[in-house]
Amino acid sequence: MNKYYGVILIIVAGALALGCVGQQPGESLDIKGSDTMVQLVADMAESYNEANPDADVIVTGGGSGTGIAALINGEVSIADSSRPIKAKEIDQAKGKGIEPWEFIIARDGLAVIVNPDNPVTELTMDQVGAIYRAEIINWNQVGGEDGEITLYGRQSTSGTYEFFLKHVVNWEQAEKQDYSPGMLNMEGNKAIADGVKADPSGIGYIGVGYVTGEIRTINVAEDNESGYYSPLDASNVEQGLYPITRPLYQYTSGKPDKDRITHDFLQFELSEEGQKIVENAGFYPINLDDRASNEEKISAIEG
Amino acid sequence: MDRTIAWFFAFNGISTIILVLGIFIFLAIIGLQAFAHISPFEFFFSTNWNPTSYVKPSWGILSLVVGTLYIAIFSLIIAVPLGVACAIYLAQIASPTMREILKPAIEMIAALPSVVLGLLGLLILAPLIADIFGLNSGLNALTASILVAIMALPTIISISEDAITSVPKSYSDASLALGANNWQTIRHVIVPAALSGIVAAVMLGLGRVVGETMVVLMVAGNARALPTGFFDPVRPMTATIAIEIKEVVVGDVHYQALYAVGLVLFIMTLAVNFAADIYLHRQEGNK
Repeated sequence: MNKYYGVILIIVAGALALGCVGQQPGESLDIKGSDTMVQLVADMAESYNEANPDADVIVTGGGSGTGIAALINGEVSIADSSRPIKAKEIDQAKGKGIEPWEFIIARDGLAVIVNPDNPVTELTMDQVGAIYRAEIINWNQVGGEDGEITLYGRQSTSGTYEFFLKHVVNWEQAEKQDYSPGMLNMEGNKAIADGVKADPSGIGYIGVGYVTGEIRTINVAEDNESGYYSPLDASNVEQGLYPITRPLYQYTSGKPDKDRITHDFLQFELSEEGQKIVENAGFYPINLDDRASNEEKISAIEG
Repeated sequence: MDRTIAWFFAFNGISTIILVLGIFIFLAIIGLQAFAHISPFEFFFSTNWNPTSYVKPSWGILSLVVGTLYIAIFSLIIAVPLGVACAIYLAQIASPTMREILKPAIEMIAALPSVVLGLLGLLILAPLIADIFGLNSGLNALTASILVAIMALPTIISISEDAITSVPKSYSDASLALGANNWQTIRHVIVPAALSGIVAAVMLGLGRVVGETMVVLMVAGNARALPTGFFDPVRPMTATIAIEIKEVVVGDVHYQALYAVGLVLFIMTLAVNFAADIYLHRQEGNK
């Protein structure tokens, strides 16, 4: 494994050396964070690069927590995050002289997925939460066949992990709850999808952009009275009928300087062209509230 | 001139000690700070490791240590018989042509990047294991142990083979002259004579197994619960560090706690090496 890392290091060092020769120092932008967003932001960077061939935008994943930690440690200019930054992280950043600025670049529905062989097609929020708290442990408790449920989830570095913990596992709970310790901690959305695809007893949660035909997406209801909705139908997400949706954030290290690459890139992401890329990547465009919150900050930069 | 060169080599020799000592001190300084916030009793005896808990952070490494031990033991059970038998075959039985083919093939295993092996495990071995044993998910201690055993094989084979080859030819000649057959010679003369080298090979293999990260990260399942059997997912110490070090802020309790886990891992591998060393010396004393 050491050998492998050695090779990566040489390639990275080589790439950096080449980058240094070809680029002006002000023209490069390092973005790191959410694995859910990495493909989307990489698509953005690619289109941005077509219009600005001199610019050098580097996008890496690792998880929202990883991205925010890198922002706090001064390693990147933008952190991708699929969860809002925590008060503790803002304090840590301020302790290092960094004030994170928040932008919302897209919206995401989180799909609850099962194996296509599983007859269960609908669950309420309460049921999904109870399954992940290990209060419901057999599929026959939610209308399926007899069989133990295998939980697939993300690792604690993931914003999806925290969002799902906060909004689904803790759905209408009087006291704070944790995930069942028996949950498998998977590397990414793709690993969960692969796991559930192979496991008839599995349940998992992934960004809608990662849903494929080989797994079944569960229709989720807020409670017994409201209807069951699929996150794959964009109108369900836009009208707020599907209960597990969230904004996707980017945090900048301090207020971006006017007309520099961070500002320019953010404007591109929020433009009509950028939001088209959001839809092509399987996510949903930002809503009016998100737009207002972004515009306030953009005008502060430009003012 | 001679003196300069002697110094140069002495410096290189000593630098490895400085390096190991330096790493130990570095780990200890940061790791021990964790105990200002975490009770040592909880750290060593609680089975609940959940630093990012939504309820209350908990810091028990017992299930992580058990996870590491599970993989170490299972993978040695697989790799030692296979590795030693292969070494005996290479050193004693195989024809020169066969040896010419096998040796580079075995060295190729060592050159396999562990992510590649992990990927194969994730996509092929895990579903296969689930099928064979009728499990829901193949991401468990057994799958991880098989893959890690494959990674430990080249170390065990090449060092055992060296040890067996270096047994003087007069030993086997004497044994065969006394009427022992090939198998009896191998079992009662050659393997006992090479035993210290074989034990060293197994210990080095164990070090490789305990420290392996990428494969276990990908296929061990990494659930936090205390494993109770072969087919349970495990979360070894290396995987825990590799997963969580990415999200910690430098200087945080979680950061210090991960260094403390690293320190425990370091002491464990050091203990394995010391045990091997003591055993080797005792063997030499017996001769």
